[in-house]
Amino acid sequence: MTPAIQVVTGSQLSRRGFIKASTLAAGGLMVALYLDPPAAAQEGAQPTPRTYPPDAFVQILPDGKIVITVNRLEVGQGAQTALPMILADELDADWSKVTAQLAPAGELYKDPLIGIQMIGGSCSIPNSFQQYRELGAKTRAMLIGAAADRWGVTADQCRTKDSVVYGPGNRSARYAELTEEAVRRPAPAVVQLKSASQFRLIGKPVRRLDSRAKCDGSQKFSLDLDLPGMLIALLARPPVFGGRVRGFDDREARNVSGVRDIFEIPLVSGSAVAVVADRFWAAKQARDRMKVDWDLSGIDHPDSLQLFARYTELAKTPGNVAVRLGDEQAMGRIPASDRIQVEYEFPYLAHAPMEPLNLTVRYGRDRAEAWVPSQIPTWEQAALAEVLGLKPEQVTYHVLSAGGSFGRRGTTDSHFVREAAAIAKRLPGAPVKLIYTREDDMKSGYYRPMFVHRVEVGISPDGMPLAWKHVIVGQSFVIGTGAPQEAILVKNGVDKLATEGTDDSPYTFPNMHVSAHHPMVNVPTLSHRSVGYGHNSFVRETLLDELATRAKADPIAYRLKLLKPDAKKFRTSLTLLDQKSGWRRRLPRNHASGIACSEYNRTCVACAVEVSIENNRPRIHRATLAVDCGLAVNPLSIENQMQGGLIFGLTQLMANGAITLKDGRVEQSNFDRYAPPYMPDAPVSIDVHIVPSAEQPTGVGEPPVPVIAPAVVNALFRLTGKRYRSLPLTTV
Amino acid sequence: METYTLTVNGQTKEVTVDPGVPLLWALREELKLTGTKYGCGIGACGACTVHLGGVATRSCLVPVSRVGNRPIITIEAMAEDPVGRIVRDAWVSLDVVQCGYCQSGQIMSAVALLKSVPRPTDKNVEESMGGNLCRCGAYVRIREAIKAASRQLEGGVR
Repeated sequence: MTPAIQVVTGSQLSRRGFIKASTLAAGGLMVALYLDPPAAAQEGAQPTPRTYPPDAFVQILPDGKIVITVNRLEVGQGAQTALPMILADELDADWSKVTAQLAPAGELYKDPLIGIQMIGGSCSIPNSFQQYRELGAKTRAMLIGAAADRWGVTADQCRTKDSVVYGPGNRSARYAELTEEAVRRPAPAVVQLKSASQFRLIGKPVRRLDSRAKCDGSQKFSLDLDLPGMLIALLARPPVFGGRVRGFDDREARNVSGVRDIFEIPLVSGSAVAVVADRFWAAKQARDRMKVDWDLSGIDHPDSLQLFARYTELAKTPGNVAVRLGDEQAMGRIPASDRIQVEYEFPYLAHAPMEPLNLTVRYGRDRAEAWVPSQIPTWEQAALAEVLGLKPEQVTYHVLSAGGSFGRRGTTDSHFVREAAAIAKRLPGAPVKLIYTREDDMKSGYYRPMFVHRVEVGISPDGMPLAWKHVIVGQSFVIGTGAPQEAILVKNGVDKLATEGTDDSPYTFPNMHVSAHHPMVNVPTLSHRSVGYGHNSFVRETLLDELATRAKADPIAYRLKLLKPDAKKFRTSLTLLDQKSGWRRRLPRNHASGIACSEYNRTCVACAVEVSIENNRPRIHRATLAVDCGLAVNPLSIENQMQGGLIFGLTQLMANGAITLKDGRVEQSNFDRYAPPYMPDAPVSIDVHIVPSAEQPTGVGEPPVPVIAPAVVNALFRLTGKRYRSLPLTTV
Repeated sequence: METYTLTVNGQTKEVTVDPGVPLLWALREELKLTGTKYGCGIGACGACTVHLGGVATRSCLVPVSRVGNRPIITIEAMAEDPVGRIVRDAWVSLDVVQCGYCQSGQIMSAVALLKSVPRPTDKNVEESMGGNLCRCGAYVRIREAIKAASRQLEGGVR
């Protein structure tokens, strides 16, 4: 099982394959990645030391502390712990002395595989695993080289443990003592990485580095940033997306003590009035007293009921082809009694992270500084610079820990950054924090799109699906953006983010036809944790349950039988789930179980739930989950993500788990009418089982989200005899 | 603007604010106690939970003018509180947090529960914690941490 020792060349670090060590201003070692070609960069033997390391990945301080820079925003997913673990393991660092810091926006912190600095698609670990291993191993090699030279021995006579190099004859030196000599050594181009059996941190349950600060109130989130002279800005936004300010009466607003300024700013679509004050409460009181005359002419006023009606009609016609497999006429030859035709409805969903959107910008004439919980730092830095008339390099862009995101902070139009920049530009010199109230956050759009699915399944005499005809209707948030991913994701007018889960189906559907319509609607939409799988896996997994029920087959056995031979991770996770969910066969009266599985970016999750009905709502007594995510870098973090992701996925089953529009206005504004799961709605227990694997690690943030909703409604069917195809689940 | 004298974490503090300012914003912006979080402003998420006169209270709903002489305890004081320390340590030990934004409020609710009911039933836990929203979905671990803290309290570690 243990792979042989890997020898890796610098080139596998993608185009940024060159690292360089230098001295920190305070002493100690800084290891950085450089973009320049190695020759040019190495000519200057001693790069200028910098106290704030815009390009450092590892710093070894004189007191032995090791600071590891994380090239990803921390939103709760645990990258701020897992990436340092990976680096520290190869470095053989003393983990108790390791701390993490979030990288600012910078070329060097771009994802080494996709070339954008970002989080999204659960890519932090899969895409930076190799990168952080190599950084750790190369830093270690330089420290060993320094020790070997000092002792007059060869490097292979030395070993390392807990930030100490040990040599022959009881020699030892702490890393912090070796930094000056290590700095003078060239970074190795080729380095040996550990074999799996040598891992000391990778694969072990390791607690989060940021846990204590998040439990004692000391963790600084973006909303907690406090700078001298800071002003607070709120926006009076148009009641309908795209509305424009025709005029406003701010006399009452200006009477609020502490108000500094009130002015109109452009939005990505339409315009708004910014209200700036010394304090949040003053800004809010003033904003709420604004009388704005909105120009809503010439813009669509979307309405959820009308949209569903329109989508349902559209679903009756074939759209642009996403999948065409086998014989399109096969359905026609299957008798009507062996065909199921069904429709599904999915509403808009708000991400609603606990920390509402906010950020701080300070504008100076030839420079600016920003503090942002940022999913795509380099894009947002560029957007900010554009609004301010600066070059991106004139904007110092700090990335701050976010109180959740789930996709909400990762917009392609960087709208909140542009808004804050437009406000700050009017108030040069002052740091301005733009705060979205919860109401602003929830009504601001950028939702998971609404979808209607229409599916017809033709069943063969052996109970297995023979023909699968599927039409998906919903907005694309990629088509027409001009973003780099558009060319990759959009083929034949079909947005892969709307159809994923169908075009990569793990099941054998001999004759499969999937098509999609992407209507244009005046509601901004966005990736939402698990993206297309959130609805597509629901459709597939509930229909499979219908088929398994019809075939009188066990739902896990039925799925295993239907899996394609290459759907390996589905097979491993379903098989493990089967072993671990023996409780399915001995349930209390009026309890039932349900099964579902889904993939996301090469990770598979299979889930079983035990459900009863209490007060006309599903009560989820337990969930058992099996996941195959390749090598489990931090099993504790994986367990945490699996549990949390399941609960996040319950949002769409909540009675109030929908964003709806009426006459262009969003009907929900806070957690009273858009109610995600609270503790009593969540499974009482969730046990997580990880498929043992030595394969490349894949992500875990999004994969658990799609499985619970179909598993729960599959269980409910066993209790009520009803199928639930329209979400949210308003009645049972 | 009015000046109010507040007893926060055992210390006497003066704030000069509009009488309508919610305690949440006085704590955050005047006293720089930013551990107490803004999540909804309508008492629907629990992120702003503090102990007011010993009772778990949504500080976003209480105007400063209505605090009176009731002592205010925030997350920042939990390090000095015997139950608070046990709860916090249980949270860290079980790796409860993800984004962590709601956890100040969760911990304040949990401490209030354990101070009044040291051995809570599952139902007690759901009732006391049922108004604290966690979008990361840490509920399973929060339940476990409360049980672990309760066992610690039983063991007489005070």
